[in-house]
Amino acid sequence: MKLSLSRVVQGCRLGTLSNLGKKGDRCMEFPGCLLYTRTGSAPHLTHDTLQVISGVPAMTQLTLSSLAEHYEILEEYKEGIGKFIGMPESVFYCSLHDPVNPCPAGFVTNKSVSVWGVGGRLEMTVAKFMAIQQALQPDWLQCLSDGEALCADASSSKRAKKSVDRTLAFLDECLKLQEQSEVLRSCVMIGVIEGGDILEERLRSARETAKRPVGGFLLDGFHGDAMTKETRLRLISSVTAELPENKPRLICGIGQPDEVLECIEAGVDLFESFFPYQATERGCALTFSFDYEPNPEDMVLQQNGQKEGEENGEHIDKIITTKCVPETSFEINLKEKMYRDDFGPLVGGCSCYCCKNHSRAYVHHLLVTNELLAGVLLMMHNFQHYFGFFHAIREALRKDRLGQLKELIYRQAC
Amino acid sequence: MAEPKDPLSMRCPESMTAVAASTTSLGTRAPAALTLRVVAECSRSKARACELRLPHGTVATPVFMPVGTQGTMKGVTAAQLDNLGCRICLGNTYHLGMRPGPELIQKASGLHGFMNWKRNLLTDSGGFQMVSLLALSEVTEEGVRFRSPYDGAEILLSPEKSVEIQNALGSDIMMQLDDVVSSTLTGSRVEEAMHRSIRWLDRCILANQRPDQQNLFAIIQGGLDPALRRKCLEEMTKRNVPGFAIGGLSGGESKEQFWKMVTLSTDQLPREKPRYLMGVGYATDLVVCVALGCDMFDCVFPTRTARFGSALVPTGNLQLKKKQFAKDFRPIDEACTCPTCQRHTRAFLHVLLHSNNTAALHHVTVHNIAYQLQLMNAIRTSIVEHRFPEFVQNFIKTMYGEVGHCPTWAVEALQSVGISLS
Repeated sequence: MKLSLSRVVQGCRLGTLSNLGKKGDRCMEFPGCLLYTRTGSAPHLTHDTLQVISGVPAMTQLTLSSLAEHYEILEEYKEGIGKFIGMPESVFYCSLHDPVNPCPAGFVTNKSVSVWGVGGRLEMTVAKFMAIQQALQPDWLQCLSDGEALCADASSSKRAKKSVDRTLAFLDECLKLQEQSEVLRSCVMIGVIEGGDILEERLRSARETAKRPVGGFLLDGFHGDAMTKETRLRLISSVTAELPENKPRLICGIGQPDEVLECIEAGVDLFESFFPYQATERGCALTFSFDYEPNPEDMVLQQNGQKEGEENGEHIDKIITTKCVPETSFEINLKEKMYRDDFGPLVGGCSCYCCKNHSRAYVHHLLVTNELLAGVLLMMHNFQHYFGFFHAIREALRKDRLGQLKELIYRQAC
Repeated sequence: MAEPKDPLSMRCPESMTAVAASTTSLGTRAPAALTLRVVAECSRSKARACELRLPHGTVATPVFMPVGTQGTMKGVTAAQLDNLGCRICLGNTYHLGMRPGPELIQKASGLHGFMNWKRNLLTDSGGFQMVSLLALSEVTEEGVRFRSPYDGAEILLSPEKSVEIQNALGSDIMMQLDDVVSSTLTGSRVEEAMHRSIRWLDRCILANQRPDQQNLFAIIQGGLDPALRRKCLEEMTKRNVPGFAIGGLSGGESKEQFWKMVTLSTDQLPREKPRYLMGVGYATDLVVCVALGCDMFDCVFPTRTARFGSALVPTGNLQLKKKQFAKDFRPIDEACTCPTCQRHTRAFLHVLLHSNNTAALHHVTVHNIAYQLQLMNAIRTSIVEHRFPEFVQNFIKTMYGEVGHCPTWAVEALQSVGISLS
């Protein structure tokens, strides 16, 4: 695996990862995101509906929590998770947990970490963890780690120190086992940076992990409400400053467009794409604009959920249907009554399958009648929209337009 | 200008233009929105292979029509459905009439525009759903009176109203409102329903505002009483409708009674018009009823059972959620060409079906639709190639192992049209 940095703009790294995958022939640009999956499949989507989406990332994220319990099946299958799930062409990153489903805290010990699957809790020692990975054969894997420094009510530097100690110990043991396995030697180990909200621990974690032969780094524990935005970004910047330039930096649990940009500025390269999935589950379509150089006519089309001359009506509808208020300001909630007879696309100018073939009114109908197709169409749109956002980030970095993109995104965040 | 003699016409002679434009009188011939061409007929049984020309394209029969109740094929996109080779599917007037309602759909350029389906659509009248879904519905000569389950409002679905809604939906084939009674019912109510259905047929024909674009089918009733069926057939075939459905079956009646009514009906239905057997979708039933002379079928079974993880195969079905498939690395069906079987194993589907990822359901739905369409295609090809009886024998052997395990009703029904299974 090779990382080529083409430029660094205001802290943001723009570049390419090449020689990815078992054959070493895939590549991926960053900043970028990975394709989010649940139990080895993009949510709601089969191969046919997935391949119609533009900009699907070359790398797919699998979660150990959804697959670990099936490892005996995979052992017998022998050909690895990519082929098993019907995605033989993709490159895979296996994370420990699912960013959408938080798991109960309090189950990490010095010897083991637990994940929760359909069948309940699965406890993994280092040996078990590596045996499972041997059956899955992902291209990149998140090393076994203790991510619970901030799970208790009070943050404690003792707990933060423990998370770093344990994670480093797990890393060293996993690396040893990796050495002994021919299958696993071709996998890239991603070292996990822990340390809660304690700066010294974060720095220690970064420096120590960087000493090990890992292929990349995952910045863990920065999601949720455990720390303020300022603390988070300060810590992330401090961590990435300690990491080698030539290895990718991933972060988990961060998906909102404004937060993504902030993290890129702080030195992060790769993100997950669970955010479009969450919007889908809310019955929402991502509509935020990332077109920082729009035509004046296009501006009207892209305004969030507004039909011309209907601002007042929209306001009233929002009051009546407060249960349908969208989670973020980056999306519209298609369940709202105002979309019942809106025959325009989800987003004007969007070229996704849903926007080219269907209307807001149709998706509204599907949501109101609880039809499965609602999830399919919204997922197709939301993924394409989100992948388009990352493409825009890379273009903005290439053309020195980051400031404009930032301004546009932050304007829509509220 | 000389006018062709129309023995069924009760009008005074008019000019040809007026005949073409006239839409509503009994027996008037409007420009054809449907033509049926019989391509091949089985020399032994009553099976036929036809070409059905409809406003949104040609449909090869015998055909199975998947049911997309609320303007969607349950998680399968219009593009996927088209790619599977589906050329006609169903929408439900009752459901769509309630939500989102005919006015909205009309604004969306009909159901075709609303769901963006470019092929053919068939809508039922709404009658069956109302009687089966609603606890309190009352049938009078006017129509079916019921309470909306969504807002409690009292609604009357009359023949005129049903056709009005279906006109707004713009389906290529629409069904008359019939007085539906349970097939296990006996007595005077069955006779009353049969006669009322004839009167309602006439009202539906009159109410159709778009006969040049939408084909109104009659529905033969009469329950399980041969005399009532024959009477209904005699009357309804006097009307100039483009096609006929065989209704009032596929309820709780025995298969023995079922097939006898089917074959009685096809005996009396015109050769040059399509015969649509409503609510039939199990593989064996399809094969037998094709032998008895039916052309078109619909059923929720394949798509509904898919959502429970049940995959249809030539030997029956696979309950993919069961443990026995956990390490089965074969596709659902080795011979199936559907996208699911091309890419996925039973083992993967087993895992996915135990997750909450809806993709699992879509994989099986795609396969089950493909299974049904491939089955009908195989039936049709065997008719065209004059080997339908052999096809039936092979089908039964594959499905039931030995002939002895094949249900008696199917053996007898096939026997009645010259196909023996020994």
